[in-house]
Amino acid sequence: MQRSPATAPTIARLIEAFHRLPGIGPKSAQRLAYHVLRAPRAEAEALAEALLEVKDSTRLCGICQNITDADPCAVCLDPQRSDATVCVVEEPLDVAAIERAGVHRGRYHVLHGAISPMDGVGPEDLKVRELLTRLGDAAVEEVILAMNPNLEGEATAGYLSRVIGAMGVRITRIAHGLPVGADVEYADERTLRAAMTHRVSMDQQGDD
Amino acid sequence: MPRIRPIRTEAIVLRQRPLGDADRICVLFSPTRGRIEAVAKGVRKPLSKLAGHVEPLSRGQFGLAQGRNLDVVTDASTLDSWPALHDDMDRMTEALALAELVDRSTDVDVSSRPLYDVLRHSLDELASTKSPRAVRWWFTLRFLDQQGYRPELEGCVRCRSEVGPEGNGFSAADGGVVCPRCHGAGVGRRLSSPVFRLLRYMRRSSCEATAQVNVDADASAELERHLRLSLEQALESRLRSSGFAEALARAEMVGRDATSRVVESEREEQQRAAI
Ligand SMILES: [Zn+2]
Ligand SMILES: [Zn+2]
Repeated sequence: MQRSPATAPTIARLIEAFHRLPGIGPKSAQRLAYHVLRAPRAEAEALAEALLEVKDSTRLCGICQNITDADPCAVCLDPQRSDATVCVVEEPLDVAAIERAGVHRGRYHVLHGAISPMDGVGPEDLKVRELLTRLGDAAVEEVILAMNPNLEGEATAGYLSRVIGAMGVRITRIAHGLPVGADVEYADERTLRAAMTHRVSMDQQGDD
Repeated sequence: MPRIRPIRTEAIVLRQRPLGDADRICVLFSPTRGRIEAVAKGVRKPLSKLAGHVEPLSRGQFGLAQGRNLDVVTDASTLDSWPALHDDMDRMTEALALAELVDRSTDVDVSSRPLYDVLRHSLDELASTKSPRAVRWWFTLRFLDQQGYRPELEGCVRCRSEVGPEGNGFSAADGGVVCPRCHGAGVGRRLSSPVFRLLRYMRRSSCEATAQVNVDADASAELERHLRLSLEQALESRLRSSGFAEALARAEMVGRDATSRVVESEREEQQRAAI
């Protein structure tokens, strides 16, 4: 990033730190830095503490690999949830999204990424080994793959279905098709194909 | 900012990477403009109209506007989505290997119709063939030709003498076959006669015909090695997707005797790495 000689080195350092965050461009980084500069000391302290605390007191759940401050995490400990299904997701935020929707009452497993052959990200870079170990000894009947419907997600789902399929555990992948609010007119070929393949009978409507 | 007329081009999407919260950078390969990096805005949001049209391993028609640093995809419509390349791991792996080769090789803004045609044809074949790896072999030979590394398969690359079917070697560094005498003097790796025949056959045959050939495990391993070394020579780097192919092969082996072995072998690997 360009550094103007008029910017004090301490501020420049903060701007650079913000700029390194995902989704923060040079302009936003500058705005954030000057916001912190003008804010009361207490606000800056709260921010610094929150940053350090998140680093010091969070870790990965030993079972589902989600980010947690207690190991095992609350979801893994919840006796109301079923051990029979494990929903495998790419990122912790995916767990949060599925939980918000309240559509899964089993357990989770977070891979922390997706296989990306062209970026050199392979299965050994993800929490796959932990998943296999878990499936080896737990009472899991079904693994639900909730990967993103893109190339990395497909590569990951394909890989997992090969490895897990051989273990005799039922393996499913969440359906993909038209998102709510979309137009059929603008849908791409592969989305339409998926939507057609996974179409549902209208006779059964109202069953759930 | 001066307004520059947006361009329209056909292209194959080679790869993508995330940009910011909602965008992706797409690497496109156009027959008239070569490799193009362009931002597809908002494609990680569910209602994006662009998203399904900029997925890697698809061919489409693209509108591109010149942006501050990178081009911006203004519109896209799919011509080939090659579902078989996305639904089948073996096909996907081979298709990604082709995309990676092209991604690694092509200079920005260089017209490259012949390579484009070979890539497009190979992806078409990959989507239907029973032998995905043979399609990659066929593609690789042509790719090497177009990179200026056409493997010599007629005479010895060292002494120019004619070569018979037996006792030859293959030297990726010298760019082709070496005669028994030069090979005996330590030049190149062993080139078995079935693999030599296969290389010559692939050079003069169509992709479809190449995919019909039965190749045993030894020959395919030998051929893979010769091709890999030739590519490394041409691209001066190790190839990443190929590593993925190996991981996949491991997964299949693993599949046969389930978890315990995976965990064990990975643990061993980690221990070995630690030593
Ligand atoms: Zn947990
Ligand atoms: Zn010779």
